[in-house]
Amino acid sequence: MTISVEGDLTFRDVVRERSGEDIHSCFYCQKCTAGCPTAFVMDYAPAQLLRMIQLGQREAVLSSTAPWLCVGCETCGTRCPNHIRLAPMMDVLRQMALEEGYVADPAAYALHRSFLSSIKRWGRVHELTMLMEYKTRCLLAESSLFFRGLGSDLMMGKDLVLKGKLAFIPERVKRLDEVRKLYAEAGEGNK
Amino acid sequence: MKYSYYPGCTAKTTSVEFGFSTEAVCEALGVELVELEDWSCCGASSAHSLNHELSLALPARNVALAQDTHLDLVTSCPACYQNSLKADRALREDEAWRRKMEETLDFRYNGEGEPRHLLDVLSHDLSLDEIRARVVKPLKGLKVAAYYGCVLVRPPEFTGWDDAEHPMTMDRLLEAVGAEAVDWSYKVDCCGASLTLSRGEIVTKLSSRIVNGAIEAGADCIATACGICQINLDTRQKCEREVPIFYFTELMGIALGVSGLEKMWGKHGVDPRPLLRERGFLA
Ligand code: SF4
Ligand code: SF4
Repeated sequence: MTISVEGDLTFRDVVRERSGEDIHSCFYCQKCTAGCPTAFVMDYAPAQLLRMIQLGQREAVLSSTAPWLCVGCETCGTRCPNHIRLAPMMDVLRQMALEEGYVADPAAYALHRSFLSSIKRWGRVHELTMLMEYKTRCLLAESSLFFRGLGSDLMMGKDLVLKGKLAFIPERVKRLDEVRKLYAEAGEGNK
Repeated sequence: MKYSYYPGCTAKTTSVEFGFSTEAVCEALGVELVELEDWSCCGASSAHSLNHELSLALPARNVALAQDTHLDLVTSCPACYQNSLKADRALREDEAWRRKMEETLDFRYNGEGEPRHLLDVLSHDLSLDEIRARVVKPLKGLKVAAYYGCVLVRPPEFTGWDDAEHPMTMDRLLEAVGAEAVDWSYKVDCCGASLTLSRGEIVTKLSSRIVNGAIEAGADCIATACGICQINLDTRQKCEREVPIFYFTELMGIALGVSGLEKMWGKHGVDPRPLLRERGFLA
């Protein structure tokens, strides 16, 4: 990685503003990275990503896999000496990435999208149809994603059915119009 | 003692053991749960992943419904709990957004319907003596590793009812029903949560590390307070021996003598019956 100082210095202000986290105060002690459960699979570790934001490396940050692998576990925020919570920062980076057309992890995106569409349809998540939509979205995004983990997905599905842990009929919220209104107001009406 | 109860989307399906044992244990302890009328999904980890506003608006609907009941809003799912807490905080602090929500959902925010997690309620609204007094079958000799996972006790400025790095509430409850809570180092490590569907191999690694930690500490089994944690540890562990993963409410249920639990054991990934039989907790 080359670090340039000619980066986009408005970027860090936008991230600070939208996340509500004072990312400017990070002094790179890397405690967040040390405790992060998924840093070992991220292309840039949490502290590194933060430094890149400070330096305005907009494109590299928005195309990073890190926000898609952050599970929002709040370990970093609990331990940071400057009380910076990276979970809300990662949420903002993921949302900005989507707004600008970067999807570094199409499978994770497919999962979250399917989840949200299940809630919009029923008011609650219906796991069976949500999982079917997720696999379909994976297939449409990249056929290899559909086959990745397919064996264990099917085993898991079979297991859940045999144990009576999947409902075939969805539960539907009575005042579904209220839920749909919340979607529309959040700009999710047509997604 | 009466509460509004938010079961969440998985309490009758993938986490049916948690839903069932939560209701049974509360009944045995005289804690009345009234299911929130027409509740909707809190958005889990997907709403905050893709849309900030939606991630607050979805749980705000449940907070609004709970407020009408004038009761605290209790849930056993840490993700639902965390999302509801964030929505409640935003309703309290962000005036413009609160007005918008009040209009959309036709309610007036007054701070009632406070989101609480079941572990907090059982640990703080009841005394350990009250719980001890109701034990009919003490879990004598059972070594349990109490596992809290991620957002149940974090971030501390949101939750605040237990230590974020070394929580003890679940340990104390398990000791109150006669079990031995082991000291171990993985109580608040993350299991990988929702990555289980898109990146299963990561969750296998994280969950196995946690289960191995419990084995090293000499535990017979692990107790959790989260549906995703239970499923991940239960179905993704790859360790030298299989470790049963219980909901803490299932273990409390055995000790309190609640009926119907026997129907739950077959639903687990790692069958807990051999352990329970060997220790004399199951005929
Ligand atoms: S723990 Fe805080 S100060 Fe240290 S590197 Fe991470 S964000 Fe920066
Ligand atoms: S919240 Fe995200 S970045 Fe922070 S420790 Fe957890 S997974 Fe890592």
